[in-house]
Amino acid sequence: MLEIKNLKASINNRTILKGLNLSIKPGEVHAIMGPNGSGKSTLANVLSGKNGYEISGELNFQGESLKEIPVEERAQKGIFLAFQYPLEIPGVNTNNFLKTSLNSILKAKGNKELDTLSFLKLVKEKSLELGIDEKILSRQLNVGFSGGEKKKNEILQMKILNPSFSILDETDSGLDIDALKVIANGVNSSRDKKKSFLVITHYQRLLDYIKPDFVHILSDGKIVKTGCSELAEELEKTGYKNLN
Amino acid sequence: MKQEELKKVKDYKYGFTTDIESIRAPKGLNEEVIKFISKIKKEPKWMLDWRMKAFNRLKNIKEPNWQKPKYPKINYQNLYYYSAPKSAKDKPKSLDEVDPKLIETYKKLGIPLKEQEKLAGVAVDAVFDSVSVATTFKDKLTEKGIIFCPISEAIQKHPDLVKKYLGSVIPITDHYFATLNSAVFTDGSFVYIPEGVRCPMELSTYFRINASETGQFERTLIIADKGSYVSYLEGCTAPMRDENQLHAANVELVALDDAEIKYSTVQNWYPGDKDGKGGIYNFVTKRGICRGKNSKISWTQVETGSAITWKYPSCILQGDNSVGEFYSIAITNNHQKADTGTKMIHRGKNTKSKIISKGISAGKADNTYRGLVDISKKASNSRNYTQCDSLLMGNKCGAHTVPYIKNKNSSSTVEHEATTSKINEEQLYYCNQRGLNQEEAVGLIVNGFCKEVLQQLPMEFAVEAQKLVGISLEGSVG
Repeated sequence: MLEIKNLKASINNRTILKGLNLSIKPGEVHAIMGPNGSGKSTLANVLSGKNGYEISGELNFQGESLKEIPVEERAQKGIFLAFQYPLEIPGVNTNNFLKTSLNSILKAKGNKELDTLSFLKLVKEKSLELGIDEKILSRQLNVGFSGGEKKKNEILQMKILNPSFSILDETDSGLDIDALKVIANGVNSSRDKKKSFLVITHYQRLLDYIKPDFVHILSDGKIVKTGCSELAEELEKTGYKNLN
Repeated sequence: MKQEELKKVKDYKYGFTTDIESIRAPKGLNEEVIKFISKIKKEPKWMLDWRMKAFNRLKNIKEPNWQKPKYPKINYQNLYYYSAPKSAKDKPKSLDEVDPKLIETYKKLGIPLKEQEKLAGVAVDAVFDSVSVATTFKDKLTEKGIIFCPISEAIQKHPDLVKKYLGSVIPITDHYFATLNSAVFTDGSFVYIPEGVRCPMELSTYFRINASETGQFERTLIIADKGSYVSYLEGCTAPMRDENQLHAANVELVALDDAEIKYSTVQNWYPGDKDGKGGIYNFVTKRGICRGKNSKISWTQVETGSAITWKYPSCILQGDNSVGEFYSIAITNNHQKADTGTKMIHRGKNTKSKIISKGISAGKADNTYRGLVDISKKASNSRNYTQCDSLLMGNKCGAHTVPYIKNKNSSSTVEHEATTSKINEEQLYYCNQRGLNQEEAVGLIVNGFCKEVLQQLPMEFAVEAQKLVGISLEGSVG
């Protein structure tokens, strides 16, 4: 699914990722933990193709180099990023945004676009499954949403767009336990042999609900330790300071 | 066609001309030309006298120059003031008799008249250059007593109405361009809705400019008699030209007791090329009067074209309880300039006005909202609400808001809100991450910004306008 070799990324002449290696196979859930400033969000941005980074090393997705591919085409190929801070877009209806988004992805894949009726049916089904009030979808995109609503909206979008590789960038930050369960449920219900996830988090708490296959510790732009889910528990006890 | 020309045509979708032979008045502005126009229109003497009065007035006044966008001096003696498609001489009785070239042109513009007849009730009074060549849906309107015809026809057939109302909202002495229009106007639309009649369809006119160096001087007059309602749509596209073309139309609206007029415009004239060469000067005077009590006039405009847009569709709220509205989107890209807004003149008691203006600037463009809210001593308990939002794209464009507020009545209230924001890179990134390309993302964000105004447009226009908003800003974000 995803092959990263010796990935370096810098922005404004400051190097953030300093030779990162990571391999994710179809069906796997990987968690990335690490202290503030270790490069977690940079990794999410670089994988999604955000502008402004100088990149070197290998970055392959489904056997193809991503380096020259713009953000929207990566999204169309099945890369989804649940934002740490989802953006507010005034005047744009959430449903309408989501439908435009879904159809541009379907179209890029050569599939038939959904009409409004089938789209609404899909939305109803997915929001029911996640236990999300679909009323938020008739509001302006993220405008006036609470922190929890914004994050739930990201997960609902993930469910509807049905990507093959999802990155969750600190989606659990600032959530209460109920919202956390909704997020975890969104991931767990999507897990299958073909889909992969990269869950970026500060806390072990989320990993109580989403059981990762691997946990990586990111520190100063490199993965310094890899283990299974017990590593997260260990980390919770000892903290990042005693990493080495 | 040369490679360069091909590219230009590609840049501006509607940039083409047809080679229909034109009848032209000789170049220049003088008594002879005005007589020529009046004669070719078979006008009665009173109309010629009216034109002459305007022409004599014109000799003693100067062009205004207080506006923000400056332009090179216009040589009025170097313009043609009349030009008509030759085939219009023998007036076509149905669409089948219309020059196939014209029909072809409309098709290129995406205005297939034949299909439109069948489509959801839009009557089209098509103005090609200066003469109306096709009018549809006449019968349906005639049944209700509605008059919808070229103003040249109204001058002959309905002289009493024209005499009574022409120049009653925009006097011939108003200002330079209005006076110029009064002297040399060629054609335009005339609408009269009789007492108590609700016009059963949206009325629509497509204006185009075709012959080169032709000043386009349209004149439109809409009268809504007591208790009537009409919605009028005006849409414009023009072929590309290298030389600047002046467009100085006058539009007058009159609403009597309990009547309502809704006037919507989508303006997409040639804006000039990327370096600011060419493009239309759109210096238009639009004004409506709510003459009767409980009457309402609502202006909606989507201004995306022209090198310079300079217009203030206004409402004089004379009747008690009358309502004036102005909803505007002005988009300027590359070197385009706009100085637009409205005037709400409150004269009657309990009069209300609402102004929603959305200005979008990209490239090296400059966009000014200028508006006047004037509440007189007698206009007690009147209210105005104004909201002006500006959106900037890039760092070489400008946005300005210039509100003038005069309130002479202590029982009346005026509210003004204004915001200026920049299109946000993070918003674009978010949209891109959801699979939308840059242009789709910009279109989406800008359409969201304009939503309150787009909602005011009749269905027929809403979709077209949304597309236009996206098209106008293509290539404006790196």
